[in-house]
Amino acid sequence: MIDYDKVLSDKIKSIKPSGIRKFFDIAGTMEDVISLGVGEPDFNTPWAIRKSAIQVLERKHIIYGPNKGIAPLRNIISAHIEKKHGVKYAPDKEIIVTVGGSEAIDLTVRGLLDPGDEVLVVEPCFVCYAPLVELAGGVPVSVPTHIENNFKLTLEDFRDKVTERTKLLILPFPNNPTGAVMTREDLEPIAEFLRDTDIMVLTDEIYSELTYGMKHFSIIELEGMRERTIYVNGFSKAYAMTGWRLGYVTAPEPIISQISKIHQYGIMCSPFISQNAAVEALTSCDEEVAKMVAEYNTRRRYLVGEFNRLGLTCFNPEGAFYVFPCIKSTGLTSEEFCERLLFEERVATVPGSAFGESGEGHIRISYAYSLKHLMEAIRRIEKFLKKLEAEK
Amino acid sequence: MNDIIKILQQNARISDRELGEMLGVSAEEAAAEIERLEKSGVIKGYSVIVNDDLYDDSVVYATIELKVTPQRDCGFDDIAKTIMMYDEVESVSLMSSGAYDLAVEVKGSNLKDVAFFVSERLATIDGILSTSTHFILKKYKEKGIFIDGEEPDERGLG
Repeated sequence: MIDYDKVLSDKIKSIKPSGIRKFFDIAGTMEDVISLGVGEPDFNTPWAIRKSAIQVLERKHIIYGPNKGIAPLRNIISAHIEKKHGVKYAPDKEIIVTVGGSEAIDLTVRGLLDPGDEVLVVEPCFVCYAPLVELAGGVPVSVPTHIENNFKLTLEDFRDKVTERTKLLILPFPNNPTGAVMTREDLEPIAEFLRDTDIMVLTDEIYSELTYGMKHFSIIELEGMRERTIYVNGFSKAYAMTGWRLGYVTAPEPIISQISKIHQYGIMCSPFISQNAAVEALTSCDEEVAKMVAEYNTRRRYLVGEFNRLGLTCFNPEGAFYVFPCIKSTGLTSEEFCERLLFEERVATVPGSAFGESGEGHIRISYAYSLKHLMEAIRRIEKFLKKLEAEK
Repeated sequence: MNDIIKILQQNARISDRELGEMLGVSAEEAAAEIERLEKSGVIKGYSVIVNDDLYDDSVVYATIELKVTPQRDCGFDDIAKTIMMYDEVESVSLMSSGAYDLAVEVKGSNLKDVAFFVSERLATIDGILSTSTHFILKKYKEKGIFIDGEEPDERGLG
């Protein structure tokens, strides 16, 4: 018998599986569970995009295509970023089309880190950053944000954590799981500090189109920041294209030319059909995106109102499609709360602690669900809270 | 106003508080807006969508296509109003099709009922040239609601 424990690397064995999964594996075995867990849109991909993919299947030869992505897509990504942020990236030298935003993050940390290099990981955050940093040989340094600041990052949150090994700051806004956003005013002091350092920024703006009440602002717009920023975005959230697996990374040419080697050898190129369809997404789907954002906004207002009414205080999230209510008043840890809510009322949520220690005391609620679904979930949560109250 | 109608079309039984939260206004403001829409005639009523297979599976629906002679001065309105008055008639619509003019949805307790209603009541109205009856065997979706429940959610947990 082969001893797989000896076959596998120590590094991969030390990586923990995603904390999001835990409850859903249990939920999957139960009947009549209502989930508030997913991180992908409930809308289907806009028809114009699907139609364009069908046309590619009918008319084109499905090839690998260029490593960095097909030219029309790189051109329109460049134009799109320039229109949104007034910052220009050269389509042929400063953009790689990746297999989702996740690959873009992986390329970045693998391209930048030498063993022992430190990465500031702003938490709570999506579960992939620290494991990818570790796999790349780096050391993730967690930077908790605080409810008092509406989970925005402040300079004070990380200044003391900067060492001479600090190479990268990961900036995940609009934020999964908190829904927090960063404005120009929030970003300026951070940029001011970084300008005197060699620390690079990885800005993960995958939720940039999903903001409510204000337009998303990117750190690349600030003076001196384009040259020290690796910008990541993708099609999954804004265009409801999760299954198409398409994202992109833009950065100054010296970075792209190096990290594109990882993409070239490991991935070769992003899916050709998806790339062609994504051109349509950036060409003609603004109105579809606006409709989805309006619908998300209705749900967001409803949930924030309901959680506050139920006494699970919920700050007003201005981006992404999550609310992050505080459950400390129940006296339970977020893991206990989620476990009991699942077993007793059959509602699946994700404990805030799955997104870093600073998420403890909160739960992540996705509103990528119909209002009908959300209203049923709230009814069950209300019942659960009444039961907890009666136990006291 | 668009938003309020859209929400009520999905669920007219929603409370003022919930509606207010969704719209970003107070419960009182939401209630006042509904009242305004009712008074101005934009909202004509509230109904319920029923799965007849579970409630009363003997009930029969049919769509009747009517060819009609339009009348001087009032076109199709007069005849449509006559048809509307029958309790058996659920809906009456004027169509742009060249093949027929009015589409009438009729509800009856059995097949024979509906057939008799068409031949004895509808077909005999002055100005009706012909009728064509289509019985509805199964309703899959009505007013945006899936009658047999929703498709399972296959999404993952990204």
